[in-house]
Amino acid sequence: MDLSVINPVLLLAALMSAATPILLAATGELVVERAGVLNLGVEGMMIVGAICGFAAAVESASPLVGFAAAAAGGAVLSLLFALLTQLTLANQVASGLALTLFGLGLSALLGQGYVGVKPPRMPDVDFGPLAEIPLLGPVLFSHDPILYIGILLVAAVWAVLKFTRAGLILRAVGENHDAAHALGYKVVRIRTLAIMFGGALAGLGGAYISLIRVPQWTEGMTAGVGWIALALVVFASWKPWRVLLGAYLFGGIAQLQLNLQGAGVAIPVEYLAMSPYIITIVVLVVLSADRTAAPGSLGRIFHASG
Amino acid sequence: MIRLEQRPEPSRVFAYLTPLMAVLATFLFGGVLFAVLGKDPVQSIVTIFWEPLFGEFAFFYRPQLLIKGAPLVLIAIGLSLGFKAGIWNIGAEGQYIIGALVGAGVGLAFYPAASVLIFPLMVVAGAFGGWVWAMIPGVLKVRFGTNEILVSLMLVYVAEQFLASMSLGLLKNPEGFGFPGSRNLQQYASAHNAEIIAGSGMHWGVVAALIAVIFAYVLLSRHRLGFAVRVTGEAPRAARFAGVNPNRLVLFCLGISGMLAGLAGLFEVAGPAGQVSIDFNVGYGFTAIIVAFLGRLHPIGIVLAGLLMALTYIGGDIAQSQLGLPAAAIQVFQGMLLFFLLALDLFTNYRLRLRRAEVA
Repeated sequence: MDLSVINPVLLLAALMSAATPILLAATGELVVERAGVLNLGVEGMMIVGAICGFAAAVESASPLVGFAAAAAGGAVLSLLFALLTQLTLANQVASGLALTLFGLGLSALLGQGYVGVKPPRMPDVDFGPLAEIPLLGPVLFSHDPILYIGILLVAAVWAVLKFTRAGLILRAVGENHDAAHALGYKVVRIRTLAIMFGGALAGLGGAYISLIRVPQWTEGMTAGVGWIALALVVFASWKPWRVLLGAYLFGGIAQLQLNLQGAGVAIPVEYLAMSPYIITIVVLVVLSADRTAAPGSLGRIFHASG
Repeated sequence: MIRLEQRPEPSRVFAYLTPLMAVLATFLFGGVLFAVLGKDPVQSIVTIFWEPLFGEFAFFYRPQLLIKGAPLVLIAIGLSLGFKAGIWNIGAEGQYIIGALVGAGVGLAFYPAASVLIFPLMVVAGAFGGWVWAMIPGVLKVRFGTNEILVSLMLVYVAEQFLASMSLGLLKNPEGFGFPGSRNLQQYASAHNAEIIAGSGMHWGVVAALIAVIFAYVLLSRHRLGFAVRVTGEAPRAARFAGVNPNRLVLFCLGISGMLAGLAGLFEVAGPAGQVSIDFNVGYGFTAIIVAFLGRLHPIGIVLAGLLMALTYIGGDIAQSQLGLPAAAIQVFQGMLLFFLLALDLFTNYRLRLRRAEVA
C-alpha cells in the first residue's frame, strides 16, 4: 500500500468534479420537494439525461449542445411524472419508481449505438492568472463550466427561494397546497414547472457523468447517484447550501475510495466501492431525527374538489 | 369542460378493468415502439405473447413460465403487503441477492457431504439472509425514523458489491480454473433445487410461491394482521385508534418481504441459475415491483401479473433472437405497463364529469 500516490491537491480538485452530478440532481430535487412533490425518478431522469446528452454531444461534436439536450431529455421525462401525479393523481412513490424503471430501459435502448464511442471534450474555463495560484489554482480554477454553473445554481435557488415572490409562492404550495389554492395560486401549474426544473437538472447531472466524469456511455452508469441525491435532499433538511456541503462530502468519499482503490489499499475493491452507499445510510440515520424541516404537503396528492 | 369528481367509494369495476386497459394500451404503444425500432409491430407482439404459449416450441417455453414467474410472484407477494400499508421496500433485489448468497453459502459449506437435510437447511438460511437484509431498513426506520425507501435501495448496491466479492473470493469454485463463480449447485444433488416433476418447470420455488399466495390471501382476508395492513394503508390515523402498532407493522412487512425475496434468490441460485456468479441476478427484485402493482396488490392478481411478466421475459428472449429486438426494448415495455396502470388508475378513484361552463 502506498498512500503517498494520493495527491491531496488533485484529490480536492477531483472531489469538486465528483460532487457535481450529485449536486445538480439534488438541487433540482430540492426545488421539486419544496413545491411539495416527491419525485423518486431522479435516477431515471439522470440516466436518460446521460444518454441524451452523450448522443447529442457526439452527433453535434459540441458538449454544450449535449448538455442542452440532456436538460431537455430530463425535463421531457419528468413531464411524464408530472402527467401521472398532477393530472391523473397517481401515487408519487409508485410513479417515481415507474419513472426510474422506465428511464433505465429507455436509456439502454437509446444508447445501443453509443457504447465505446468517445464524446467531444469539454474545455475548461480559462481563469488566466487565477489558475496559477498554488494549491487554490488547481483546486478551484481548473474546471469545466458546468461545474461552476452547478454552484451558481445552488446560489440562485437559495436566493429565489428566500428572497423572491416566486420562491415564496413555491414554498407556500409545498407547505400547504390547499391554502395556496385558496389564495388563487395554480398549484398544479407551479408543481409541474418545479418538476420540469428538477428533471432538467437531473438530466444535466447525468450528462456530467457521461460527458465529463467518465466520459463514456455504459448501461446503468449512474449507478445509484440519483438515489444518493434524493438522500442528500433529506439530510440537507431541504436547504440549498447544505446540499452543496453534502454533495462535496459525497464527492469526497466517492473520489477517495477510487483513489484508495488505485493506491492498492489492503481493503478489497468491492468493499471500497460499497462505501458511498453505506455512508449514505449512516448519514441518513444520524440526521433523520429532525423531520420538522420537511415541506408540509410533501408527497400528498392535491385535488381541487368542488 | 371536463372535471374530475372523486368517487365516494373506489369503483370495483375499474379496479378489475384498469390492469386490462393498461395491458392493451401497452400493446398499442409497445407496437409503436417496435415499429420505430424498425420491427413489424404485430409480429413482435405475437412473438412475445403468443409464441411461448402456443407456438411450435411451446413445450419448451411453457415450463419457463413457472421458472421465471415463481421468483416474481414470491417477491411481489411480500412487497404487496408493505405497499398496501404504505411501507415501501424497494430493495428486494438486494434481499434476493443476500438470500441467495447465504443459502448457497450454507450448501457449499457442506460440499461434498450428501444428506437430505442440506437443502431444507439452505432454504431456511436463504429466508434468513433476506430477512436480515430487510431488517436493516426496518430497524433503522423504527428506531431512528430513517426513510426505508432510500435505505433499502442503497442496500441493493451494497449487496451487488458483496455478491461480486463473494463470487470472486470466498465462494469461488476451487476447481473452477480461476474463473469467477461458485461450484455449480445443479451438480451437487443434496443442494440442487431440482424440478419436482422433470420437464415441468415445477421446482420448490414454485411450490413456495403458491404457499405464499395462499398465506397472503388468508392473512389479508381473515387475519387481524391483514386487517392492520389494510387499515394502515387506507387511514393511518384510524389504524392508531384501532390499536395497530405501526413499528411492529413496519418490521413485519419488511421482514416478510425480505424473507420471501431471500427465498426467491435461494431457489434461483440452487436451481435455474445453478451457481453464484457476479451477474446471476437479473432484476427480478425490481420487476416484482411492477408485478405487485399490476396485480393490484392482491394475491390472485399478483399470480396473473407474475405470469404475464414472465411471459414478457421469455417472449422478449425469443424476439431478441428471432427478430433482433433489443433486450432493452422489453424493459421499456415493462416500464410502460406500470405507467399506464398508474395513469389509468385514476378511473378507479375518480370519475370524469362533463360540464358546461358555469353561468355566473
